[in-house]
Amino acid sequence: MAKQATSNLLESPADLEKFYRDMHFIRHFERYCERAYRQGKAGGYLHVYIGMEALAVGWMTRIKVGYDYVITAYRDHAHALLLGSDPVACMAEIMGRQGGLSRGKGGSMHLYDIPRGFYGGWGIVGGHTPLGAGLALAAKYRKEKRVVLNFLGDGASNAGVFFEALNMAALYELPCIFIIENNEFAMGTRLEYHAADTELHKRGFPFGMKHERVDGMDLLQVRQDAKRIVDWVRENQKPYLVEVMSYRFSGHGAADNDQGLYRSKEEIEEAKNRDPIHLLEKYLREHNVMTDEKMEAIEQETEEAAARVFEAADDSPHPDPTEVYDHVYTDMSPEAGH
Amino acid sequence: MPTSTRVEITYREAVRHCIIEEMERDPNVFIMGEDIGRYKGTFRVTEGLYDRFGSERDDFIVPGIARRVMDTPIVEPGIVGMAVGAAMAGLRPIVEMMTMSFSILALDQIINHAAKVHYMTNGQAKVPLVIRGPGGAANQLSAQHSHSLEGWFAHVPGLKVVAPSTPADAKGMLRAAIRDDNPVIFTESPGLYGIKGDVPEDPEFIVPFGKAKVAREGHDLTLVAYSRMVHVCLSVAEKLAAKGVSAEVVDVRSLLPLDTSTIYASVEKTHRAVVVYEDWKNGGYGAEIAARIAEDCFDSLDSPVGRVGGLNVPMPYSRVLELQCIPSDDDVLAAVDRLV
Repeated sequence: MAKQATSNLLESPADLEKFYRDMHFIRHFERYCERAYRQGKAGGYLHVYIGMEALAVGWMTRIKVGYDYVITAYRDHAHALLLGSDPVACMAEIMGRQGGLSRGKGGSMHLYDIPRGFYGGWGIVGGHTPLGAGLALAAKYRKEKRVVLNFLGDGASNAGVFFEALNMAALYELPCIFIIENNEFAMGTRLEYHAADTELHKRGFPFGMKHERVDGMDLLQVRQDAKRIVDWVRENQKPYLVEVMSYRFSGHGAADNDQGLYRSKEEIEEAKNRDPIHLLEKYLREHNVMTDEKMEAIEQETEEAAARVFEAADDSPHPDPTEVYDHVYTDMSPEAGH
Repeated sequence: MPTSTRVEITYREAVRHCIIEEMERDPNVFIMGEDIGRYKGTFRVTEGLYDRFGSERDDFIVPGIARRVMDTPIVEPGIVGMAVGAAMAGLRPIVEMMTMSFSILALDQIINHAAKVHYMTNGQAKVPLVIRGPGGAANQLSAQHSHSLEGWFAHVPGLKVVAPSTPADAKGMLRAAIRDDNPVIFTESPGLYGIKGDVPEDPEFIVPFGKAKVAREGHDLTLVAYSRMVHVCLSVAEKLAAKGVSAEVVDVRSLLPLDTSTIYASVEKTHRAVVVYEDWKNGGYGAEIAARIAEDCFDSLDSPVGRVGGLNVPMPYSRVLELQCIPSDDDVLAAVDRLV
């Protein structure tokens, strides 16, 4: 019989189990995405979130799903899954199938689930950041109390349009949280080689915006920071810039097969000492929340669940050629033919 | 409501009145742009809007900036990007480009974001966005402020592109644009703001997209144009009439969608066509129209399709050189001479 969980837990045992399960499921889902790519079932560009799970889990579990707005760049699978998007529809989209969130028109980089408040899924570095500010503008225009999570990478933090978005969000006092997912690399270029000042959170300072650097690997710490900042923005209706320190264990994209060009194996192994899943396991163990057997069972269950998602998505048919003209416009079709 | 009443107003007033009427009708319609509020717009199109929707109603997004007539920093990518996000979330923004030449800065937001949303989401999201402003040459604005970019935009699936030539069309097509659920590029011309014309007062008056208009009937040849070049063609038609040549003028009005049937019907009647456009001749939208006529009306043509476009040079400052660049009556007459 398992020991009683300690009484000073930061989260309920049920929540802790759910977060643990979510993190494992995301990691397994991403591994199956990589498998899909290797097998030629997914093409184009594919960017997985392995190593960064605590970041998305911590922040996405602190918002009102379906009410608050979320927007991010192309490393977007975890965000959709955490908003409750059907994993099969996500995987089918990544495989370009009819059963996908966009019936195969978007792909891995362009997942959208508007009813759940997920506004993508964007491929131009920094390009979506003013859109996130625009989502916040709509909320403020209508005098709602929504909060926008506007995720971007450390590479995007150099983009001119990002600075324009910061200025306007501060100028109009928009409830927009700019979350820099700092995984230390802009594709294959290390932080210190792409940013003149590597403390990216300071980019909020010139606009009079609250800003800080926080951890993105220890889920419980992420959850606390996320709650504090989401609550502040919802209450004060002003923007915030957060730099969340993280690290990706996989390559930039599935086609990034020569990571030695920009980092050593030793560096990756060193970073894995703070693997977010292991950090949470340590907490669960130390506080008697979960036995090792239970953790192993969850890891296996989530692996099997991801496998079923992969199979179900792979069963989805390819789009019909006639669909190519659908949704170019809301009310007309473009001229047909070559 | 006296729906048949018409009033003579300028092109500028037609645009302004339409914006006011649509903002009064729909609380989700708002306008944002550089110097459009307190400063009333560089071309004075938005005169009175800040008072009417801002100060008179004490309706501000933050003190000093009207919620529905939003002054912005001079950052076209940020403005358009923000408008795209707001549109995806259900608002209906009108973005004023101080001049369409500045839309070059925002091309990534327009082409890579606005035009892609509906398709990439497979219809989950839409972008009811109007980007409007003066496009084309004015008076010595020189190389960076005189572009006619409508052909670039009409190249892009997912956008609609219109270029009305009269106050009535400006009002009716802007209403259609604001009520459209897709991103619309609405090109005005600085040279047209002051022209007057009869405009229906009916607040439901709409000129739908995708319908060209025969601006003048004729039977010897067809002049095809849009925006300010329609007026050049009408002037040319008058001069040709004095010489006993009957020219028909087709005002394209809507570039994307393009009403080829009205153009083709005219060419099938006259058997000759000259396409006139202010944009650089090389690769401009007039080249697309000319190619379509050649491709689809070959059997009706008695001569090759003519083209008159802007000179293939950056717009010079000197008024003498500038006028040389912009298609004139004489340029069109010379092209007609080559055909007939």
